[in-house]
Amino acid sequence: MELYTIIFYVFAVITLGAAAIVVFSRNIVRAAFALLFAFFGVAGIYVFLLADFIAVTQLLIYVGGITVLVLFGVMLTNRQVSVDIKTGTMQTLPAVILTSALAGTLIGIFWSTDWRVTAQPLASETTASALGELLLGPYVLPFEVASMVLMVALVGAAMVARREKKPS
Amino acid sequence: MDSLYAFLSQPLVLSVLLGAIPLVFIIVYALVVLYMEMKVAAHIQDRLAYMRTGWHGVLQPFADMLKLLQKEDVVPVQADQFLFRVAPYVVFAGTYAAYAVLPFSSIYVGANLNLGVFFLIAVSSLVVAGILMAGWASNNKWAIFGGLRSAAQMISYEIPTALSIVVATMIAGSLNLQDVTRFQDGGIQNWIVFGGTLPLTQKLLILPFTLITFVILFVASVAEVNRTPFDLPEAESELVQGFNTEYSGMRFAMFYLAEYANLFLVSAVAVSLFLGGWSSPFGSFLSGPVWGIFWFVMKAMVFVFMQIWIRWTLPRLRVDQLLYTSWKVLTPWLFACIVAIGFILVA
Repeated sequence: MELYTIIFYVFAVITLGAAAIVVFSRNIVRAAFALLFAFFGVAGIYVFLLADFIAVTQLLIYVGGITVLVLFGVMLTNRQVSVDIKTGTMQTLPAVILTSALAGTLIGIFWSTDWRVTAQPLASETTASALGELLLGPYVLPFEVASMVLMVALVGAAMVARREKKPS
Repeated sequence: MDSLYAFLSQPLVLSVLLGAIPLVFIIVYALVVLYMEMKVAAHIQDRLAYMRTGWHGVLQPFADMLKLLQKEDVVPVQADQFLFRVAPYVVFAGTYAAYAVLPFSSIYVGANLNLGVFFLIAVSSLVVAGILMAGWASNNKWAIFGGLRSAAQMISYEIPTALSIVVATMIAGSLNLQDVTRFQDGGIQNWIVFGGTLPLTQKLLILPFTLITFVILFVASVAEVNRTPFDLPEAESELVQGFNTEYSGMRFAMFYLAEYANLFLVSAVAVSLFLGGWSSPFGSFLSGPVWGIFWFVMKAMVFVFMQIWIRWTLPRLRVDQLLYTSWKVLTPWLFACIVAIGFILVA
């Protein structure tokens, strides 16, 4: 087997194994840590798709940002109450409908995409500069709108968190 | 002999061997810095430190290492067994992955990535996750608070660090640390901290801003490695030892190794971005691939020494002062620097 094939399968196993733990683990902190490895594995897969910038951004945002914040939330609440928070099964029917719709979409995309299965010459060494030119050129309006949305969310979060109680 | 060559030139074996060079470096460096830290600390406090093991105690780090190797590996009964065992390796893996993009010399860099320094910021976030893992899995209130404090501090100070990296990237026009270093090659006057290889007028205009950025990067990197005056995560009067309270033996040693490796890492990043990395300060005098390693390590060691010096000189900050420094001092100043440098570079 080719070395790259082996590495691909290693990342695939990391992603799927960790994702299985996220879904099936009863311990919420373990699930959160497994999520970290699932995101890490996905970043590896992005590298195989020649999306180097997306891969590193995945590491920065999902592994370094989102999972760490999830962990913070879980840790600050989990041990405060004397009962451990466990995950359980509820809302079975809506969940089945939603997940099958999502799975259908993903499988549809999977079949209709033209995957690179053999090594092909690179269009350019890195995708970062091309992405930067696109973001500040044709897509500057969506980019700015997205940053405004994030700004509003930030201010809103600070507003909710710091609301002072009115003296009654 | 031929079969040995054939074995060594297989791509897998070769990449493993080349990839292990920084690991060998880290282990040797850890022994040196362990000794240095104790000696510098002692002399700052008017003591002598180790004097009995070898000449001026030079054998003490080896003795310490042997002691740690022999120690029993205690895992608390109530701890989360798996996460507790895995956490030190996650922390070290995060640190070591970042070494992949450090340009030790003009001919040696683990992975010549175009996104070099961006990858470095991203992958060091595994360290934060590992510290949280250790703190939580220990099932100990001190450890969990130490872990949370560490993570909060590292996340806050990632912002000034990343912004000051942006400044160097803007001037050099590349995220690849090897390219950034090559940009500064040719002597001390070409270092980005002194304005890089720009025309003279631009250089003079840019100089104050790059100096401010460099100082901020240094402060932020001291905070990033959780050392005094930013060592709240292991404030021993409040938190025993922080996130690694429950660890012993080799697992504790892994945390220590990762901490020292991180210390070198942040110094090396500052050196490659602002102080010319492996390039000689005297132009072509004493330059070359091998001298490159010497200059790179020496420049970084100066900053390691300064961090040790600061650690034993300054008292610890309070939590609110820590956050104040990051959000209300360092970050606004950096934004001002980025805007100013942007205008100067475009004009």
